Amino acid sequence: MARFLIRRTFQGLLVLWLMTLTVFGIFFVGPGPKFVARVLAGRQATPQTVALIAHRLHLDQPWYVQYWHFLVGLLHGNLGYDYYNNQPVLKVILSALPITLSLVVGAAALWLVMGVATGIISAVKTRSIWDRTFTTTALFFYSMATFVLGLLFILIFYSFLTNHGIPIFAAPGAYTPITQNPLTWAHDLILPWFTIALVSAATYTRLMRGSMLDVFGEDYIRTARSKGMTERRVIFRHNMRASLTPIVTQFGLDVGVLIGGAIITETIFGLPGIGWTSLKAVFAQDLPLVMGVVIVASAGVILANLLVDIGYAVLDPRVRLH
Amino acid sequence: MAFNIQAAVDAGTVVGEAPPGIAGEPAKKIEGKSPWVLAWRRLRRDRAAMIALGGIVFIVALAVFAPVVATITGHGNLEQFRTTGLDPSGQPVRPSGTFWFGTDDQGRDLLVRIAYGARISLFVGVVATGVTVLGGTVIGLAAGYFGKLIDSILARFMDWLLAVPFLLFAISLFSVVQVHPIGPIKPGLPIVIIVLGFFGWASVGRLVRGQVLSIREKEYIEAARALGAGPWRIMFVDILPNLLAPLIVYTTLLIPVTIVGEATLSFLGVGVPPPTADWGQMIGSASGIFLYGPWWYLVFPSAALLFTTLAFNLFGDGVRDAFDPRGAMTA
Repeated sequence: MARFLIRRTFQGLLVLWLMTLTVFGIFFVGPGPKFVARVLAGRQATPQTVALIAHRLHLDQPWYVQYWHFLVGLLHGNLGYDYYNNQPVLKVILSALPITLSLVVGAAALWLVMGVATGIISAVKTRSIWDRTFTTTALFFYSMATFVLGLLFILIFYSFLTNHGIPIFAAPGAYTPITQNPLTWAHDLILPWFTIALVSAATYTRLMRGSMLDVFGEDYIRTARSKGMTERRVIFRHNMRASLTPIVTQFGLDVGVLIGGAIITETIFGLPGIGWTSLKAVFAQDLPLVMGVVIVASAGVILANLLVDIGYAVLDPRVRLH
Repeated sequence: MAFNIQAAVDAGTVVGEAPPGIAGEPAKKIEGKSPWVLAWRRLRRDRAAMIALGGIVFIVALAVFAPVVATITGHGNLEQFRTTGLDPSGQPVRPSGTFWFGTDDQGRDLLVRIAYGARISLFVGVVATGVTVLGGTVIGLAAGYFGKLIDSILARFMDWLLAVPFLLFAISLFSVVQVHPIGPIKPGLPIVIIVLGFFGWASVGRLVRGQVLSIREKEYIEAARALGAGPWRIMFVDILPNLLAPLIVYTTLLIPVTIVGEATLSFLGVGVPPPTADWGQMIGSASGIFLYGPWWYLVFPSAALLFTTLAFNLFGDGVRDAFDPRGAMTA
């Protein structure tokens, strides 16, 4: 186990290092340095002013010198300052993180419950009306692009209802920290939660259903039934535990990706989380901020992968980590 | 996308053969049904899949006959109707006898633009998926067959690819080729296809690699090697045909994913540039104004996108069940 953790940590760091190199490479091959200096200098700036600004931000130095400065800063726990507002990158990320985490926690709870519950019902009552309803609904949401679902939600549940005197749902852009008022927090986030949850839950319904049906064909289920075990116990004790393995994988990966920001959902609902921040930073070529966000996002994915593998070993005693 | 690849492979390797006719008697014609024929028959009996196929044919027809739609309505794809297509305050007009689906923010006919938008969606959906599957197959074959160093380098590369925040990198790459077009790679269709292919092949690669690892240990591969077959011949002639069934299934299910990917890029403004008609781009510009009234500008392109991906997903499910009858019986 210790060797496994050490090896995986090294692999993770290698991937992260490659990622920082890629971001740096793209920035310097692309319009990056010139773009930033010109935007900061303003429209009427003389070439001298642009050069001065580029110099002040060290943008006139060769990329490897800047990369070296970045690495040294990183080792001191300093992610640098963003180009436009001169804020510490770490501070910007930390202030965006609660919003993204609020989104992820609520949405993940919703889709896990919805997906697993509908998957179990569909598998136990195969070909019933419930199975058909759930499978069709799942396919419907599975085919839906996140931005389409989010915008349609705003159109129907916010715009249409509010215009007809039924203002149940919060306007896009509303966000109340959970520390202020947990009820308003949940109320403001209902539509974004369901946007993420419905698109994801569809995958879980399909996964859980297929996985349970596979397990029902196993010998040990027949053995359990022939021992006279109640069907409820067969379903929940014997089948569900084994069927949850693919769900755990999927869940880990999905949450890992979302920590890096639900870019589309945050943008549509005007929530300034990690995804929204990163999108803005990329469009503005704000290298230090992009770097910070990419590190957080990739670390999220890598960590999630690691946790999934450890989770495997816990759920399934046959798995050995090495 | 979870489906039982192993079962699909098994279905692909069991070749039904007609027993030889008994000597002396005129051999009774026993038809040998290849797994392909069997799969096709199962697919034809699947009503949902056939309806979905009808939907796909409809969208393809819409794309092909987009100019006909333009002729019928009398509105060009890029034509702006500043007087009839926009109300006095410059807002799009709602669906009517003249503009069946209403107009967009430039006073263009939405129906005609949706028809033209189908061309981009389908083209990117098919071509980018093709690039993805082709690249993933070749790299997966190489990684699985050669193993060792090549395999571990490719595995790290795939780790890196799968950890990359896709949208952020797509946007960055877009801004790069905007300043430095690399040959034919410039903003628009080429970069969209390359981005989708580049970030998509790893999943195909992993799938193929896993299959190759088990197939290359089989006796007939050893036999081929003993007969002096080179690595390329073994990879493409002896191993690849076994992977065709799962690859076809995967490809069908990948097309809707790719179509959504293209729409997302265009929605964010880094896909197909205006004035080319594109669904994602339409939804993107609608997202800024639909709250002020023109719901049709959001709803119709969204419906077109959903209809297309739904049809492909439904059909893809049918194809999977056709190649994997065991799953179909329980599913």
